[in-house]
Amino acid sequence: MTATTAKTATNATPANADEKLSQEKYHGLTHAEIDQLGAELDALRLKVIADLGEPDAEYLRKVVKAQRSFEIAGRAMFYFPPAWPLAVASLSVSKILDNMEIGHNVMHGQYDWMGDPSFNSRQFDWDTMAPAENWKYGHNYMHHTYTNIVGKDRDVGYGILRMDEDQKWHPYYLGNPLWAFLLMTFFEWGVALHDLETEEVFAGRRKMFGGENAPVWRRIRKKMGKQVLKDYVLFPALTGPFFLSTLAGNATANIIRNIWTFNIIFCGHFPAGVATFTEEETENETRGQWYLRQMLGSANITGSKLMHVMSGNLSHQIEHHLFPDIPARRYPEMAVEVQEICERFGLPYNKGPLHTQLFSVFRKIVRLSFPGGTSKEAPVTGPKAVTEDSLAA
Amino acid sequence: MSALISEPAARTTRPVGGGPVGLLLRSRLVTALASPHGVDSYLERFNPMWAAHDVRAKIVSIERETDGAAPVATITLQPTSTWRGHRAGQHVLVGVEIPGISKRFTRAFSISSAASGRGEQITLTIRAHDEGQVSAYLVREAQPGQILHLSQAQGEFTLVESPATPTISRLVFITGGSGITPAMSMIRTLLRDGYERNGVAHAGRKVTFLHFARSPEDQIFATELAAIAEADNGIDVHLRHGDQVFSEFELRRLVPDFKDTDSWLCGPPGLVELVKAAYDGDGEANPRLQMEFFKPSVARAAQPGEEVEGDIAFTRSGKTVAASGASLLEQAEELGLKPEFGCRMGICFSCTRTKTAGTVRNILTGEESALPDEEVRICVTAAAGDCHIDL
Repeated sequence: MTATTAKTATNATPANADEKLSQEKYHGLTHAEIDQLGAELDALRLKVIADLGEPDAEYLRKVVKAQRSFEIAGRAMFYFPPAWPLAVASLSVSKILDNMEIGHNVMHGQYDWMGDPSFNSRQFDWDTMAPAENWKYGHNYMHHTYTNIVGKDRDVGYGILRMDEDQKWHPYYLGNPLWAFLLMTFFEWGVALHDLETEEVFAGRRKMFGGENAPVWRRIRKKMGKQVLKDYVLFPALTGPFFLSTLAGNATANIIRNIWTFNIIFCGHFPAGVATFTEEETENETRGQWYLRQMLGSANITGSKLMHVMSGNLSHQIEHHLFPDIPARRYPEMAVEVQEICERFGLPYNKGPLHTQLFSVFRKIVRLSFPGGTSKEAPVTGPKAVTEDSLAA
Repeated sequence: MSALISEPAARTTRPVGGGPVGLLLRSRLVTALASPHGVDSYLERFNPMWAAHDVRAKIVSIERETDGAAPVATITLQPTSTWRGHRAGQHVLVGVEIPGISKRFTRAFSISSAASGRGEQITLTIRAHDEGQVSAYLVREAQPGQILHLSQAQGEFTLVESPATPTISRLVFITGGSGITPAMSMIRTLLRDGYERNGVAHAGRKVTFLHFARSPEDQIFATELAAIAEADNGIDVHLRHGDQVFSEFELRRLVPDFKDTDSWLCGPPGLVELVKAAYDGDGEANPRLQMEFFKPSVARAAQPGEEVEGDIAFTRSGKTVAASGASLLEQAEELGLKPEFGCRMGICFSCTRTKTAGTVRNILTGEESALPDEEVRICVTAAAGDCHIDL
């Protein structure tokens, strides 16, 4: 009996509050300490929710206004071919704002409290291939509830990449860097098709376009049709003789948005030092343990205010995963307190500038294309975390 | 069933919305170009009164009808050209952003003006209730020029005669308190669309209007009602104030065959019960009596820690269960219902449902809310008294 406790300690009911949990996954915290951690994060959450109001609503309206202006300006400038680069830049900014600071966050229900149907998570749709309804299921529910649980969180490798050593190697993964490059370029298509759960299809557990996938596929087809019609037929046609240049411009803007969002999102969970979990480890997990998993399974990007806005504040991935339904503009202020809590509990707080985090992700993509585990490189975290982790390793 | 009131003869405002611009904005081409956000989200940037589908309205004027603890005001609205008009007796959902809170609240109000056509002005007559954040704001603080969000007109409590009734037969209106507003819309419509006799508008038929108000000071539309009562227009107005309650005897004296007369009833629950009993007789609902209810009042919430008392009614499935303090999701599942859910911890919004009435408590924050038609995540919401869930 006692021999197995170490492995299944996380499943135990917190009867023995002082019992230390595994050093590797839970940084040696006791059940009581994890409960305390959860209580502190709950308190932070309540404090910010009580304070939500006009400034948050004003901010969202301002961002939407800016996005619409960039979009209209971008579409208009295609009538003036010398302004082509400006038009593309403007439309790219519009699409990035639409998808990240507006779409992703509104569809998380962050602004449902405003009671405005145009910012309601059940009614909003975004300027990208993935239909809102499909995406909300895969993202808000599957990814945010089962974050970084290998085998349950379908965002670990998106079913096509090997992003964790616990994913069994296969010669297919030799193409890891190439697949990643293709996914980056055509990210919006990838995100839309992601909801077909192709790994389930290949495992023979579900039909690609039939059965439970039928409504999912119907929504994808419909949305893709609308996006293609708009960006690749109607707007180019409206510019008459500049059809091809507008078409190329719209495609470029979509790809620029794809590359940016891919990079921000991959920096959220895949830099070195971010923990993954197994299904056994997370069975019967308490609220405190859920919080802890979200913290250990996410990484932040440091940078300027503009960078945070353009990433939809997903540069604060840790705060986003702790509080997915709180307006993202609050994450920077919450980050200060979350970081303080991490320090007190001796937990790592994974953050770094974009280039560092990107390089770390890139290294992982290349390393995991070959058999075997990750090179246990030092995670990009605070000094405390480095020592803790290297001890654990 | 033919509508008693056909299209209004004269348009008082500009006939907009159906023009070429409106047609273009609602075309499939523009819809495809504006996908997925919709053309209105772009138009709105330029002018809040430009719309292709949404309905908004600008407040033209606000006039006090009565003063006192719960004052009443009539608000004149100029809707966008997308307003399709209303039939007398209908209501409209009004969305108001209250400054400082920055939340949009949506409430239903009866329209008090005569039947309107596309894009025409309407009036709402609203009493500022103590507990009604929206009504209090509209009556006391709203200013001309402000923009409100509207639905299209809705409701079946309208001036429609029964198939058996010739168009010149008698009509009866029985109202109480602010229940007078839809009846006022009907009376005004009858007078406007009736005929003129010796320079006086005539309803073209005999109309009995019986209204109950708390006091003469609380009487809405007092001046206009006095003028209507005075004129030779076919309409008899009977105002009852204070302790005078409805009696079947009195109604029979005014309208001997009231049970066979098309009648409209709108007022507080007490009045509705008395009148309904008079009309229904042997327990069967009288098809001649049309009613509009005020939202049923629901028992107030328990204090935190206090034993929860009340019933949860899942209105779509017609099932009811005693509130246990568990989440609405768990209570629905206990009844064998299978509502959609996801994370079961309040983060994914998969289980969001509308609470149509009653008080609930957010399990995470402990916050209680008694707003009608409120969206709640049923996995982290528990009943704190009687409540109705659209599930």
